[in-house]
Amino acid sequence: MNGEPVIEVKGLQKSFGELQVLKGIDTVIHKGDVVFVIGPSGSGKSTFLRCLNLLETPTGGQILFEGTDITDPSNDINLHRRKMGMVFQQFNLFPHLSIMKNLTIAPIKLLGKSKEEAEKTAYTLLERVGLANRANAYPNQLSGGQKQRIAIVRALCMSPDVMLFDEPTSALDPEMVGEVLNVMRDLANDGMTMVVVTHEMAFAKEIATRVMFMDGGYILEENTPAELFGNPQNERLKSFLSKVI
Amino acid sequence: MPQWLQNLADRFYTNFISENRWKYIADGFVVTVEVTFFAVLIGIILGFLIAVIRSTHDKTGKLKIPDFICKVYLTVIRGTPSVLQLLIIYFVVFGSVNISKVLVAIIAFGINSGAYVAEVIRSGIMSIDKGQTEAGRSLGFTYAQTMIYIILPQALKNVLPALGNEVIVLLKETSICGYIALQDLTKGGDIIRSRTYDAFMPLIAVAFIYLIMVMLLQRLVAGLERRLNSSER
Ligand SMILES: Nc1ncnc2c1ncn2[C@@H]1O[C@H](COP(=O)(O)OP(=O)(O)OP(=O)(O)O)[C@@H](O)[C@H]1O
Ligand SMILES: [Mg+2]
Repeated sequence: MNGEPVIEVKGLQKSFGELQVLKGIDTVIHKGDVVFVIGPSGSGKSTFLRCLNLLETPTGGQILFEGTDITDPSNDINLHRRKMGMVFQQFNLFPHLSIMKNLTIAPIKLLGKSKEEAEKTAYTLLERVGLANRANAYPNQLSGGQKQRIAIVRALCMSPDVMLFDEPTSALDPEMVGEVLNVMRDLANDGMTMVVVTHEMAFAKEIATRVMFMDGGYILEENTPAELFGNPQNERLKSFLSKVI
Repeated sequence: MPQWLQNLADRFYTNFISENRWKYIADGFVVTVEVTFFAVLIGIILGFLIAVIRSTHDKTGKLKIPDFICKVYLTVIRGTPSVLQLLIIYFVVFGSVNISKVLVAIIAFGINSGAYVAEVIRSGIMSIDKGQTEAGRSLGFTYAQTMIYIILPQALKNVLPALGNEVIVLLKETSICGYIALQDLTKGGDIIRSRTYDAFMPLIAVAFIYLIMVMLLQRLVAGLERRLNSSER
């Protein structure tokens, strides 16, 4: 199961002023891993995820992406972010651009792809998520589930080495959760390296290769889904699971 | 012809036809349009720059010194009457230089409107959800690229009505050009009044021309807005 390390997190700390949210996180995400991060609200899951691509600047520790310390300011983070796709709870599609432009702007401007090439890639991926017929629509013409599928495709158009998801289904009406999870399941089956923050425990059980439980600024337990859900060791994890399942 | 109509025709003749007096209005109109157009151009460029500096400072804490300079500029321009700014630029800044009055007016009104445009655009930038910046940055865009491709197009669209308003305010504001003896539209009408001792005809005519220009601008902005909105619906 374990490929080479994609992201290595060493002693990661993050404070917002006085509030220390991450107190020392150590973990390694390998190629092909599908890592789910669970934990109570406010435990720092989003902060952890956002530190991985430096949307939040860590206040301590290191993050190595494909061997490069991206917390070292002399490394250009913009180059590394191209290889780290991110999907947000609120989709954050660009409302002033058509779906096709949403998907191709970054490959064209950043990777120097031709319009035709970028659109071809985008089109193939759109077909995969069943939205090829919406290429010329604008984001606010789509349902939440469609927006989130587009947001995933937008990240995929950069051919990232890892995908980061921050509660991708939390802003969706229940009937739309399934279509987004299906896309994520496909991605995982294709061998995409993924880090997913979620409250969807059943989904974590189903596709995770590993689950992390975060609370109080630490990873308190980290294991296969079968072990972590079936045989939790940590007391806080036990009480957390008893509340959410 | 009834007497009152004959009277009106006579007054019209005295004020506009005789001695080619209409030229005061026509030439003044050209000056007013010229000054407004180029001042708006300067104002937008200046306002744009200031807005980007100020919002970059607000969001990232960088650019402390440029931000400070911008703040001083905004405070001074918005805290003093525009007539005074025009007079100072004409008599103090360019006092010892031989320079066309139109150019002085363009510079003065450009600097003046820059301050108002800046705050309009800045409010537009700050109103864009920070998720947009995050999405742009997470794809690998630099801060500047995110600004250019993602934030500014949305911000400008949001503030287009307010910017259109600024143009209208500026157009009317240029009527103080007479203070530096520049013959704009207002001054043109006023010169006719001083020659014919008839205030009603020339001043109402000038007011009418301003009104029509403002209404045209309003329609233009409304049309632009519709076009921008239709691209998203
Ligand atoms: N930009 C910020 N400034 C100040 N405090 C912040 C900031 N972002 C997050 N926090 C605080 O950090 C803590 C952890 O937040 P975080 O969003 O990482 O939690 P979470 O585990 O993702 O919670 P949730 O399940 O509700 O999304 C919270 O107390 C939050 O208020
Ligand atoms: Mg969160």
